[in-house]
Amino acid sequence: MWDVEIRGMASAHAIVASSIFMATVMPAVFVENFSVYGTHMVWLHCVAGSVAVVNIAVFWLLGISPPTKKNTLSYKLNRLFRSCLYFLLSCLFFHTVVVLYGAPLLESALETFSLAVLLSTLTTLRCLCILGPNVQAWIRVFSRDGAMSVWDTSLQITTGCSVIGAWLGALPIPLDWDRPWQIWPISCTLGATTGFLTGLLAAPVWIHWHRKQLTYKLK
Amino acid sequence: MQLLIHCKRVVFMGDDTWVSLFPKKFHRSLPFPSFNVKDLHTVDNGILQNIYPTMEGDDWDVLIAHFLGVDHCGHRFGPDHPAMAEKLSQMDGVIRSVIKRLKNDTLLVVMGDHGMTDTGDHGGESQKETDAALFLYSSSPLFPAPGSQVEPEVVPQTDLVPTLALLLGVPIPYSSVGQVLLPLFPQNGSRGVPTGLSQAEALWINVKQVSRFLETYSNMAKDIPPDSLSQLRADFSNISSQYLAAVHKGHLPSPELVVSMQNYLTAVRETCRASWARFNPFKMAAGLLILGVACMLCYVLSELSHVVIQQGLLKLPILSGLVVGLVVAAGQLFLQGYLELSWCVGAAALSSEVLFLLRTRGVSPKERWSPSGLLTLALLVLFLRCASLLSDSYVIYEGNVVTFLLFTLSVYVPLRLNWDGLLVPLPPPDTQKPPRLLPTVLPSSVVRRQATILLVWLGVLVGSLYLSLSFHNCREEQGTCQSSPFLSPLSRVKNNQLRNLHYVISVGSLALSGYLLYRWLRHYGNLNCISVTVFSACFLIPLACVCMGLHWAVSATPEDTFRNLSELIGLAQVFLPRATFCLLGFGLLLLWVDPMTVFLKLRTPLNSRGTSLPPPKYRASTGISPQAELHHLIPQLYQRIRHSLEDGATESGETDSRPAVEAYGLGTVYSAPLVLLCGLLGLVLLLLHPEGMALAFLLLLLEAGAMLHIHACSANLSSLHKHSNGFSVPWAPVVSWSLAAAQFFHATGHLPTFPSIQWGAAFVGFPQGHTGTALPASLVTLNTFSSHIIFAVGCPLLLFWPLVCEVRGTRPTCSAGVEESEDAVMEMRLRENPQKFSSGLLELAARYLFVNGAQVFASVCAAAILRRHLMVWKVFAPKLMFEASGFIVGSVFVILGVAMVMRVDISVGGLFKKLLPQNSR
Repeated sequence: MWDVEIRGMASAHAIVASSIFMATVMPAVFVENFSVYGTHMVWLHCVAGSVAVVNIAVFWLLGISPPTKKNTLSYKLNRLFRSCLYFLLSCLFFHTVVVLYGAPLLESALETFSLAVLLSTLTTLRCLCILGPNVQAWIRVFSRDGAMSVWDTSLQITTGCSVIGAWLGALPIPLDWDRPWQIWPISCTLGATTGFLTGLLAAPVWIHWHRKQLTYKLK
Repeated sequence: MQLLIHCKRVVFMGDDTWVSLFPKKFHRSLPFPSFNVKDLHTVDNGILQNIYPTMEGDDWDVLIAHFLGVDHCGHRFGPDHPAMAEKLSQMDGVIRSVIKRLKNDTLLVVMGDHGMTDTGDHGGESQKETDAALFLYSSSPLFPAPGSQVEPEVVPQTDLVPTLALLLGVPIPYSSVGQVLLPLFPQNGSRGVPTGLSQAEALWINVKQVSRFLETYSNMAKDIPPDSLSQLRADFSNISSQYLAAVHKGHLPSPELVVSMQNYLTAVRETCRASWARFNPFKMAAGLLILGVACMLCYVLSELSHVVIQQGLLKLPILSGLVVGLVVAAGQLFLQGYLELSWCVGAAALSSEVLFLLRTRGVSPKERWSPSGLLTLALLVLFLRCASLLSDSYVIYEGNVVTFLLFTLSVYVPLRLNWDGLLVPLPPPDTQKPPRLLPTVLPSSVVRRQATILLVWLGVLVGSLYLSLSFHNCREEQGTCQSSPFLSPLSRVKNNQLRNLHYVISVGSLALSGYLLYRWLRHYGNLNCISVTVFSACFLIPLACVCMGLHWAVSATPEDTFRNLSELIGLAQVFLPRATFCLLGFGLLLLWVDPMTVFLKLRTPLNSRGTSLPPPKYRASTGISPQAELHHLIPQLYQRIRHSLEDGATESGETDSRPAVEAYGLGTVYSAPLVLLCGLLGLVLLLLHPEGMALAFLLLLLEAGAMLHIHACSANLSSLHKHSNGFSVPWAPVVSWSLAAAQFFHATGHLPTFPSIQWGAAFVGFPQGHTGTALPASLVTLNTFSSHIIFAVGCPLLLFWPLVCEVRGTRPTCSAGVEESEDAVMEMRLRENPQKFSSGLLELAARYLFVNGAQVFASVCAAAILRRHLMVWKVFAPKLMFEASGFIVGSVFVILGVAMVMRVDISVGGLFKKLLPQNSR
């Protein structure tokens, strides 16, 4: 049972990771002079979009999302609406946090907001897919013994890795090396993406490693 | 001196510093008092009255006129003020009229000895301060027409001496390494000019003089590297042979020779400059070793505080330190004949530190030395902070870097709590779980309340952190950065409305800070008793605030508005700040004399039955010593006292059978004086700052309070998680406390550079200047390290705050002798356990010192490793000096804070002693 779940998760993660890879490679065909640094915003939006689409598709196909109690259309619409609202709120939240961390308030606000969207895609969107629009469940997942399935554990790992990656990405900004990737917000987005990829890779490995210790409560 | 020997008559007028520097050297001198910075005109007008008659006269060869108005005006108003424009145009007029009167054989040299920063100060090493104008004028055609020779854009200051010496016809001073300014000498040796030296001749004299100096110097001091010395010698012999050959043949030296002579002079100057900046690697390594061991010692001390308190390991190391120091001193005297104090002190410190560490190795319990304990985020943040000191970019953006780290550390607190499952109330306990995991669970309402408080204070902290970013000053290296508008004193704000707005903001934040302090004390019932401390809290602080507001108002008024009141204004500028200083100093003194803020109400029992109390059950044995009895009694006493804590009305039913003692403010008996001390110190330090900084100080107060509350809430929430062992303060709050000190160093407009020192602090209350140097130096030190001081004094609050904000009934009271009670005990818990209290205090202080010491160690390492770095004199060396002085000041004030706590402890002990005989019999 363990092996099946871990294998399924690993393949899902591989699909998401390859979507990031495709988002980096494919636009070069359509956009002139495409490069990760030069046309950073295009790359960022491509990555965010493809990760969002692939995530939603994968989780919908796998049927990970929590079982809905009612199956009516209006309830589903309500859930969809709430999910969108939460996503927007989380974008604003990340934007605020990034500004408080020292990002410029007014100038390059679009770049900052794009970073917030990317971070939300890498973290909140997965929460929405796995747990649904349920803040209590989110808070529960991010505690030591709050995970209730392998997916919850993988959510913990990827979210933590993305946020830490973005945080680490901010560290080289003040250095006077004058490299293209030091321009705001390139290092942070790269850090977040790298962290996310690391998390995707690390989650199955870690769960496989610790499968003896992990005991999940039944829902 | 050279001029004096050669019988030149020097006439001097202006700044009286010259006369004290060169007493009796002048042919005639007219000194004017110079120390009062606010006096823009005395010196200048004095010169103006005398300069023209003197110029007309014939009794001088050199006339020095040192105008001081521009300098003072810069200090007073800054470079962009109407007064400065007025002064500069006056100087323009002076130069014009001097030129008119200039005789044909006279050279006019107009030069500044320094520039000024944007705030009008100087003394640092920034471009704006070290660059000054140089203007040379002669009415006879001394120089060739412009364009015929290249005029250098910048000339080193050292070049003035040889040039002026040769122009005056005196030898160049022996030790000068300057280079004559060629444009001042004719290209071909036309004999028409007064000095009669051609460029080549002047250069040749210069070269010979420098070479002679170099020879003598290299014979005496061996610090010039031999290969460059031999290279320079070869150059010199080459030049001299060429020059002499050219002179022998009777034609002019070639331009190439002139160039090579110039190159030679430049090379000598560079060699000297490089070799005069030398380092002693051995001493540096020794210093690093001592500092590193000291940091380790602080760490060990913090980990083993309870052992150290119990066993007293200090005597032997101190003794051995003294002995080793004396031995080294004697050895030095014996071997070298002279004493180098730094080695003696260093050896003494190192030996005692090593001995102490060796001794603690023996007593330390082994299980505490696990390295995994070091891998907390707090220490990681500390490590990052230390690592950031090794990079010049991070030092330049230090204010933002520290804020970033502090923000990280504070956001981490709720995340960590949530990870441990402590932030949200637990789901209803399920029966499957083994009950041993959570022995006592906080009621969920309490958890929810604490979590809300935590998040609210986190918001306050984050908000004040963000706002405090707008008070930063800018470094020279920061390019497009704009200094905070709050930094300039109000008198420099030109717009009237803006000035009034700033004033209102400043006074408002001052009043708010005072009110918050008052509110806090009142809330915890510390203002009920009639003691001198309460008097100082209730009256001295508001009075001092009023004085401060008035002082700001007076000093902000433009000079010209109330001309007829100018005397009164001058008087107010002296007396208002002094009165504030006196009031606050008096408050500090009162606080030290009687730090108790407890109001005891001894009530006569309501009925006669109360008088005949049953013998208290806790007096188990009467035969033990009074001291032990006291120890036994105190817990029982406050058990009774605390019933009436904080609530004004006591139910008569309860007091019936108990000794009726009501104590107000006993719960915060330790922290209230400390808070008051911080408040008083904060007001003193605020007075030394520009007025706009009042808002920054309000933010400081809010931030410190927020950090304390966050610490308290997280301690409360996790109190059941890990059993409270003593009163240990975890690393995270200590590190963030220290980071906050560094952060507010920047947020009060300071920077670790010399140009940014706020010299204005020396003149608060002393607008006429000082006579000595001790007082202004200490005022400027207080101003510069104000945030270090406040946070250092407030450091013990980290220990008290969780007790002040304790949730009733959180702690499982498993200690013997005290029965379970749901009442607030607050800081009386500390009296319960004096041993743990003192070890907790020691641990906290040692941790704080360790955190600060690690930063000093990192900046010392940075300066030592990067000593040949391009930025060492701009970035690392000033940073090291500021960090080290901040550490020294901070340590002194940590000791002051701890001393204050011990003072309170003594008087609390006295209070209980006084109470016991009354109640227990």
